[in-house]
Amino acid sequence: MNQSASFSPPLPALLGRPPVRDGLGVGLAVGFSGLAFGTSAVTAGLSVAQACALSLLAFTGASQFALVGVVAGGGSLVAGALGALLLGGRNTLYGLRLADLLQFRGARRAAAAHGVIDETTAVALAQSGRSDARAGFTATFVTLFALWNATTLVGALATERIGDPAVFGLDAVGPAIFLALLWPRLREGGRTLAVALLGAAIALAATPFLPPGLPVLLASVAALVTLFPRRTGPAGGGAR
Amino acid sequence: MTLWITVLATGVGCYLLKYAGLAAPRRLLDHPLVSRFALIVPVALLAALIALQTVADGDRLVLDLPRLGGLVAAVVALLLRAPFLLVIVAAAGTAAGLRALGVG
Repeated sequence: MNQSASFSPPLPALLGRPPVRDGLGVGLAVGFSGLAFGTSAVTAGLSVAQACALSLLAFTGASQFALVGVVAGGGSLVAGALGALLLGGRNTLYGLRLADLLQFRGARRAAAAHGVIDETTAVALAQSGRSDARAGFTATFVTLFALWNATTLVGALATERIGDPAVFGLDAVGPAIFLALLWPRLREGGRTLAVALLGAAIALAATPFLPPGLPVLLASVAALVTLFPRRTGPAGGGAR
Repeated sequence: MTLWITVLATGVGCYLLKYAGLAAPRRLLDHPLVSRFALIVPVALLAALIALQTVADGDRLVLDLPRLGGLVAAVVALLLRAPFLLVIVAAAGTAAGLRALGVG
């Protein structure tokens, strides 16, 4: 809000910053799935206003789809809400990590909290340094929030199907985005790669037995591996 | 009416979950075990999401070749050091192409 010309870089320079470009790219790529959400919400029996309220207030795609899925299947609303909250539980874990990385305080923290989701976390973690992490987080949050809510409204209003998003391969976009963002860390190999593989394996193994939402949360157990000192090898690996 | 209550409760609950992590007490974050756990936990969660979004449908595991093909295309693009957007386009294009060919 401080309109001080000397301190605000020109727009092209701002947009050219790598973290901002990352954020815009992710926001644009993912934001359009709000179309799918708005459509399925209204098809499930939510009003246009309810679909929009959910996107504005919950603003975490997986939870929103989970709730709508339960409503569509005629399940109990309490179960739907609990499932959505279970899926939202991973945002708490993301927040723990981002708290240190972003170091927002007070009102900025309260506002930034709303943006703590898969995509913003992934972009922020892919940056080096606090300033770039903040820029990446904010660019992703703002772009995604604007587009997600706008496309929720459009999708909800259009109601009759825009077509199956799978026809355009949009269901393959999510995994590709997360993989691309995680890639630099996976290339570190070693424990990081092990934690990723273990997390994926745990989630896959648990999927048939647990309600949606829980397997992803359970995958966090994989991170516990890093809490044990590396002293298992006979070659004295604990010495780093 | 109950649907409205569910929508609002879910929305508020989701926000509070996010805030709880970001506003966790300093002393908790400074604990070495917590900080080591928080440092690596997004890797486990994002990897789990990649796996589930590729082969899960609700509580079932499914072999959806177009989705799997999309992920393979993304891996190839990443190995070739393609820029971010190209990775995404390769994944979506491969999945859409396989479906257009009647695969899956």
